[in-house]
Amino acid sequence: MTQPSLRHAGINLGGTQEDPNADAESGIFGFWMFLMSDAVIFALLFAIYGTAVAATAGGPTPRSEFKLDSALIETLLLLTSSLTVGMGVLAMKYDATRRPVFAWMGVTLALGIAFLFMEWHDFSTMFSHGAYPTRSAFLSSFFALVPLHGLHVLAGCIWMLVMGAQVLAYGFDTRVKINILRLSLFWHFLDVIWIAILTVVYLQGHVS
Amino acid sequence: MSERRRETLTYLVGYALALVLTLGAFAAVKWPIAAAGTTLAIILALALVQVIVQFRCFLHISLSRSSRHDLLLVLFASLIVTLMVSGTLVILFNLRDRMM
Repeated sequence: MTQPSLRHAGINLGGTQEDPNADAESGIFGFWMFLMSDAVIFALLFAIYGTAVAATAGGPTPRSEFKLDSALIETLLLLTSSLTVGMGVLAMKYDATRRPVFAWMGVTLALGIAFLFMEWHDFSTMFSHGAYPTRSAFLSSFFALVPLHGLHVLAGCIWMLVMGAQVLAYGFDTRVKINILRLSLFWHFLDVIWIAILTVVYLQGHVS
Repeated sequence: MSERRRETLTYLVGYALALVLTLGAFAAVKWPIAAAGTTLAIILALALVQVIVQFRCFLHISLSRSSRHDLLLVLFASLIVTLMVSGTLVILFNLRDRMM
């Protein structure tokens, strides 16, 4: 038995297959390129938010609009879904049977959808207070940043459904497995972005 | 310890650390023990630590030789992000000061 070695970031398939890492290495690295360029987009939106957060134009302020308890619940939902997607990938790597993978991914999908509903509820509450994107520079930059993350989560949920269909159609062949690895990296990455949103947007709004 | 248990443990440790860091940041804001500026510095530091924890435990970016390429990519992206974000902040805050 050869010692499985880490060849690319994320869970490696090595150790359970002949040499799936050869295909995975370049594919995963390319996906990392996408993730990092996505990170640049988010970073610049954060910078814009930082410069606009004080420009409330006499309208709603961060403190009046952001609810710490719902931000905490959203954080816990995403964080837990990051754990369950990891468990799903481990089940795929070692069991390669549908049932445990579908179970973990189903939990992840449910947590992602719950997160989206919470976020939608937050936004509609803000709208009902007159906090809409055209009200002030603060709200424009807020609605550029946070819903973009929500759209990423929505894309991740749709991607998860597509992967379910691919598993049903093709089983766990190498291409499907690499796609699921990419999906898990995407999902973990969204959790990291959310930590930044939580800190820079929600928590900072309640400091001072 | 089997490979599977080791990898599961990595996720669980990452999850526990992330939970502690998140709740710590919420507590620092909910029950402030320091001035606003210090609290802000504390939660930003906690977030930075949590990002590193998640990169290490969930995204498996490590200092080991075999994942160097990914580490380099992440570090390069961090450099670009730092340059662009700090440049944006400097220019826009400077502009705002001039317009006041």
